[in-house]
Amino acid sequence: MAAIQENVASATARKQKRQWYQLNGEERLAWVLVLPWIIGFLAFQLGPMLASLALSLTEWRMFTPAEFIGLANYAEMISGDPLVLQAFKVTTIYSVTSVPLRIALGVLVALLLNASIRGLAFIRTVYYLPATVSGVAVAMVWLLILNGDFGMLNRALGLIGIEGPYWLTDTRTVLASFVLMSLWSVGAGIIIYLAGLQGVPNELYEAADVDGAGDWVKFWRITLPMISPVLFFQFVIGMIDALQEFAGPFIMTQGGPGNASLFVMLYLFRQGFEFFQMGYASALAWVLFVYIMVLTLLIIRSSAVWVYYEGEVKGS
Amino acid sequence: MAVRSISESQSKSKAVKLTFVYLSLIVGMVIVILPFLWMVSTSLKTPAAVFKIPTVWIPNPIVWENYPNAMTVLPFVRYIMNTAQITLLAVIGATFSGSLAAFAFARLRWRGRNFMFVLVLATLMLPFQVIMIPQFILFRSLQWLDTYLPLVVPAFFGGSAFNIFLLRQYFMTISRELDDAAIIDGCTRFGVYWRIILPLSKAALMTVVIFIVQNRWQSFLVPLIYLFDQKKYTLALGLRLFQDQYTTDWELMMAAATVSMLPVLLVFYFGQRYFIQGVVFTGVKG
Repeated sequence: MAAIQENVASATARKQKRQWYQLNGEERLAWVLVLPWIIGFLAFQLGPMLASLALSLTEWRMFTPAEFIGLANYAEMISGDPLVLQAFKVTTIYSVTSVPLRIALGVLVALLLNASIRGLAFIRTVYYLPATVSGVAVAMVWLLILNGDFGMLNRALGLIGIEGPYWLTDTRTVLASFVLMSLWSVGAGIIIYLAGLQGVPNELYEAADVDGAGDWVKFWRITLPMISPVLFFQFVIGMIDALQEFAGPFIMTQGGPGNASLFVMLYLFRQGFEFFQMGYASALAWVLFVYIMVLTLLIIRSSAVWVYYEGEVKGS
Repeated sequence: MAVRSISESQSKSKAVKLTFVYLSLIVGMVIVILPFLWMVSTSLKTPAAVFKIPTVWIPNPIVWENYPNAMTVLPFVRYIMNTAQITLLAVIGATFSGSLAAFAFARLRWRGRNFMFVLVLATLMLPFQVIMIPQFILFRSLQWLDTYLPLVVPAFFGGSAFNIFLLRQYFMTISRELDDAAIIDGCTRFGVYWRIILPLSKAALMTVVIFIVQNRWQSFLVPLIYLFDQKKYTLALGLRLFQDQYTTDWELMMAAATVSMLPVLLVFYFGQRYFIQGVVFTGVKG
């Protein structure tokens, strides 16, 4: 205690004597250690971001000089390019379906795993496996699973007498296919929710038992509120991720059929790296960025209603 | 007597519940595993068996040649070496520069520390698509297109903020008394990082390494933007090329997919202890 006070006292004393640019050895070392990150941040993140904002005000096709056109790219997106609206529609429908379903499924499996079962480590590993693989190989496997003629899904449906659709070439099912595919890899969520569940104090359940509460009541009144901060965090991260979906649609459908799976990132890639419309693509990137930010803020705003933080005083 | 029957019926309902739990979990596990089994099974089939209805799970004959065939129609060994090279460099760069920054955030007292740390966390929210195009233009003007530099160099400048965050959280849990004792014994502050913090953080470093390996091995968008020469392709780009050219050779495609997934699954299997810790560590505390 005394040592801390002494420390604080000497720190304030030092602070009074020194100017802001005078660094002691420890501070100098700290800045040296953080310097690589700072350089990386300026050169590869902040710099490009600002450049992108400037670029979005130009018409630039890479091989001709850039031309300043003000907000014309943004105006074009709103009034002249129906594919932008389509891309945002597709991406939004996918995200608001996939993310909540992933959370619900993840919590469900975590609840089962939390029922003090044997072989937990093994079962958890199995559920996690799909989350370790991603990208092209996974897309290829799912192309085969979702194949209308001989895919695994339609074979399974055939066993119970249902004739499955051509999942990826039917405008009505193509997005559902991607949602289904995203559900396969809920493993990371399961582990996180399980940790959350294990952190709920047992006394709460014991108290509820004394009051004669059933499982259902306990789940809604204790479990769910107690893990709601974890759900909230996963919801935010999940939405940011889902809104940037790329590899799956790029490999499996190329945005088709009839642009029914034209995700924003896919359209952005096409504009930037196939048509070399760097200005337009930058503008598109910024609109997506703002869209993600607004959605995230909405979720954070709404969290006051449905997220419970322990130790928080409500009302008064 | 009455008491006993109540506890009996209670334990009976508990048994029913537990049976239900196990059954659901097993059904779920089967669903999770099936795509993998389907992939491996298909990779060992003749072309005719791929399309056959009813389903053949255990191919007869088992066509092992699909694997060498798939690996030689395109130079997959080269793609694997390329990807391994990029992954290795990224691991070295990101763990080294990331742990240095994390050490400064966790262990050193300096003005501006909190501000800088918030900045690091803020970059987690920064979506890649906004910087993708200007980065491309930057690397193009540096004449880095069609080289591995755009894939590797950023890793040496801190890498992902996520790694810094994870390492910093872990470093914070190591007792400070160790630092003080070492400094009294004449250890420099950098020595504290190198001789004390790093050796004690093997678990966290392993987690970071596994995350980076997983991420880099399967990364698709970044190599797709920067690499054009097919000789320089990564595994993900090679698979994509394969899928483009041999669209109907499912057995070969699945063999290639199996080979490409194997290293990631092995890394996960052997490092799962660290891995699961890491997921929990970053996912719960937020």
